[in-house]
Amino acid sequence: MRAGWFFCYAVFAFLYLPIAVLMVYSLNGEGVGGFPPHHLTLDWYRTLFADGAIWDSVGNSLTVAVAAVIIALGLGIPAALALDRAQFPGKALFRRLVLLPLILPGIITGLSLLMLFDTVRTKLSLLTIVLGHGTALISVATTEVFAGLQKLDRVQEEASLDLGANYWQTFWRVTVPNLKLPIIGAALLIFTLSLDEIAVSFFLIGRDNTLPLEIWGRLRRGITPEINAISTIIFLFSLLAIVLWYRLRTRAEGAPEMAAELIEPAVQGD
Amino acid sequence: MAAATETVVHETRAPSSAPLLRVQNMAKHFGGNVVLRNISLEVAEGEFLTILGESGSGKTTLLRIIAGFETADCGQLWMAGERLDLLPPYQRRVNTVFQHYALFPHLTVEQNVSYGLRVAKAPPAEIAARVEQALAQVKMTAHAKAKPAKISGGQQQRVALARALVNRPRLLLLDEPLSALDANLRRQMQVELKSLQREVGISFVFVTHDQEEAMVMSDRIALLRLGELEQVATPREIYSRPATAYTAQFIGHTNLLECEVKNGVARCHSLSWSTQAGEGSALFSLRPENVRLVTPGTALAGEGVRFHARVRHQAFHGATELLRVECADGLVFTVRTSGRVDLQDDLELEFRAADAVPVRGSGERS
Amino acid sequence: MFSRAYRAAVTLPPLLWVAVFLLLPYGLMFCYSFWSVSPAQTIVHSWNLENYRQLVTVDVYWQTLLRSMWIAARVMLLSLLLGYPLGYFLSFHAGRRKDLLYQLVIIPLWVSYLVRAYAWKTILGSDGVLNTLLQYVHLTRHPLEFLLYSPFAVVLTLTHIYTPFAFLPIYAALEHVPRNLVEASEDLGASPFETFWRVIFPLSIPGVLAGATFAFVLSLGDFLAPLLLGGPSGIMISNIVVSLFGAAYNWPLGAAISLCMLVLVVSLLFVSERLEKKWSFR
Repeated sequence: MRAGWFFCYAVFAFLYLPIAVLMVYSLNGEGVGGFPPHHLTLDWYRTLFADGAIWDSVGNSLTVAVAAVIIALGLGIPAALALDRAQFPGKALFRRLVLLPLILPGIITGLSLLMLFDTVRTKLSLLTIVLGHGTALISVATTEVFAGLQKLDRVQEEASLDLGANYWQTFWRVTVPNLKLPIIGAALLIFTLSLDEIAVSFFLIGRDNTLPLEIWGRLRRGITPEINAISTIIFLFSLLAIVLWYRLRTRAEGAPEMAAELIEPAVQGD
Repeated sequence: MAAATETVVHETRAPSSAPLLRVQNMAKHFGGNVVLRNISLEVAEGEFLTILGESGSGKTTLLRIIAGFETADCGQLWMAGERLDLLPPYQRRVNTVFQHYALFPHLTVEQNVSYGLRVAKAPPAEIAARVEQALAQVKMTAHAKAKPAKISGGQQQRVALARALVNRPRLLLLDEPLSALDANLRRQMQVELKSLQREVGISFVFVTHDQEEAMVMSDRIALLRLGELEQVATPREIYSRPATAYTAQFIGHTNLLECEVKNGVARCHSLSWSTQAGEGSALFSLRPENVRLVTPGTALAGEGVRFHARVRHQAFHGATELLRVECADGLVFTVRTSGRVDLQDDLELEFRAADAVPVRGSGERS
Repeated sequence: MFSRAYRAAVTLPPLLWVAVFLLLPYGLMFCYSFWSVSPAQTIVHSWNLENYRQLVTVDVYWQTLLRSMWIAARVMLLSLLLGYPLGYFLSFHAGRRKDLLYQLVIIPLWVSYLVRAYAWKTILGSDGVLNTLLQYVHLTRHPLEFLLYSPFAVVLTLTHIYTPFAFLPIYAALEHVPRNLVEASEDLGASPFETFWRVIFPLSIPGVLAGATFAFVLSLGDFLAPLLLGGPSGIMISNIVVSLFGAAYNWPLGAAISLCMLVLVVSLLFVSERLEKKWSFR
């Protein structure tokens, strides 16, 4: 038992070590290198806040993320409904296709979209990135909403119909309110994933950078300690977002089973 | 006959030999809730004991303590002279049939049944022989190679039984095993379980909330209420001589008559009869089948009480009818009769004074 | 239960989108893989198997593919070794702290990949935290070179990234094991270890398969970690693809390699799914 706790803490240490190091070094006067860090300073944060290019890319990232959420939800919710309720030819193929980008290496999604845009001669820009993120992240929306639909007891909808509401009314009065939490959770998740997305964005980028790609560009040119600072900020923001998502999910149904939806398809068959 | 009001537990049959299991002063609480209060109980060799109670009475907790899945806050468990509560569940010679059977879904029926023997590293030949015998005993031989998902609820229950019995435990615990079955299957299984127990000869401790089930199957019933034992007695005893009002009402139907006893006479509205109960207010339990229609020309043996009442409500129960009748002064009785009777009929009814049993009120504990 | 109009309204948009933005691009990739690039840097639409031939004959390509698979295999094993005990412990022994610990495991998952990979770079460098620490406690005298710009660094970083990915389905599967089965097993005489081996583990296999698949497939296609930390010896197949779409302009060849990766991944998913079904007992 004690060995168990020790092992757990060791794994947690492994998982959090790099982040801790980053946070420490973001305050290190000499930037990276040298251990232990010597004099602590907030200089790097100051430089960061003065850096225009970074903030431009932050703006781009936020725009892309919001757009991606809209697209992913706008398509993912109907997709989840279709998978849960409707029967149509090619349903199995559809299900696999929708879930594929979740597990496929991002570069394949990015590359294939690049070829598409090249063929139809679309110039690369934030729009193409938005389309890429939206496509890649539909699966997140679908799995979350699908899980919510599964937990929804059909009896409630039947009761609504029995009491005189038609299908549309039942949808808005019973189904959607029950899906509120999964939808918000999905939105949060998609937003965070979009902000961090690199693999797909890498190929679809035009003139304007997203934040990860901006950081990436600088890394290639040499490590600047501002990166530690922005990384720390990203970490804190992600932390907030994920804790929020978790709380929403637990409110809905008990401990979230994120990957359970991914084993379910294997178990249920087509 | 003096009512047994002195003891908390109305124990009416001393075990004929040294008890197999002794529960001594067990108490258990969960969080702020006291689930068991000072339980002391004995289980004899070869007896079928039912722990009966409503939900929240603590019956399942008591069973789980005996099995080893919960530890009591205080008290001791003794089996055959040794402390049982100090052992982990996998070292106790006790096996459990779980409420939802808990069959291993990844193993076949045969593998499920042989599980305990394989863990104990019994020789393969012996395992095969004992499993075969156990499956035959529960009539599941034909399904030996099936997986639990493929057999019905009733069949799963038999497999769970075989899986427990094949290990020849000293004590078998059954946690409401029949509650998931439908009525007819349930009645059939009650009979089968009872005869199985007789055949195998080991002690069964059976937990249920169904009082009819308890009466059909048990050698003795331990009625549990809010964590305390209300009465421990044979089914006949508990039915005809309930110790408390709760017992009288929980098991079977009854009429609870609020009376005043004065000078050896109990008075309830316009009815009266002689009794040996103490002076003051008293409660009497009268079973509906003890209230009979007066047949002209016959007389009851012993002191009888007669009265008139009108039929207000009737429920057809097949062999009998359960009537609610109302006297002129408003006193209401539940009566069980085998004859055909109509609503609003005026009846003349009678009961023997001896059939009115004095009971303690609920909440009174000495 | 639902009207045709409703069903159409719900099914068509995602179906169309998936057709245009997933099926079509994959189809294009398929076509590109059979074309070639002219010396003038234009795509020549002549259908041939040249790219595939190159993939198998040119050393760099198939060797890198194999190395990538080997790296992915190691990451998969390590992630399982770390993720399974963590999942088991959280599910069965964590008690009241289960929720909190679960959150702690999934948080790193969503914290920027780039950030974490970059962090490892600072730790593993010859000037970095680990080396400085080792020299500080006199375990080594010179900085260990192999820590950075090597397959070791890639495996380490990818394990760090993908252990939570492996953890998730394992934890989900373990949580689904009915607790009364554990009690039944102990009731029948099995010690906690035997109970784990005979009951808990077999029932968690679908989760293990899913976790292993995630870790393997995602590591295989990774291009950031090798680029940041791999050095020349740690190049993986995705880096080659990236350069073919960049400086070493050869889209058709890149498409061919990508298609191979796609086929490989899809086959693995298919196999994994079959196995999961076989090992599921619902």
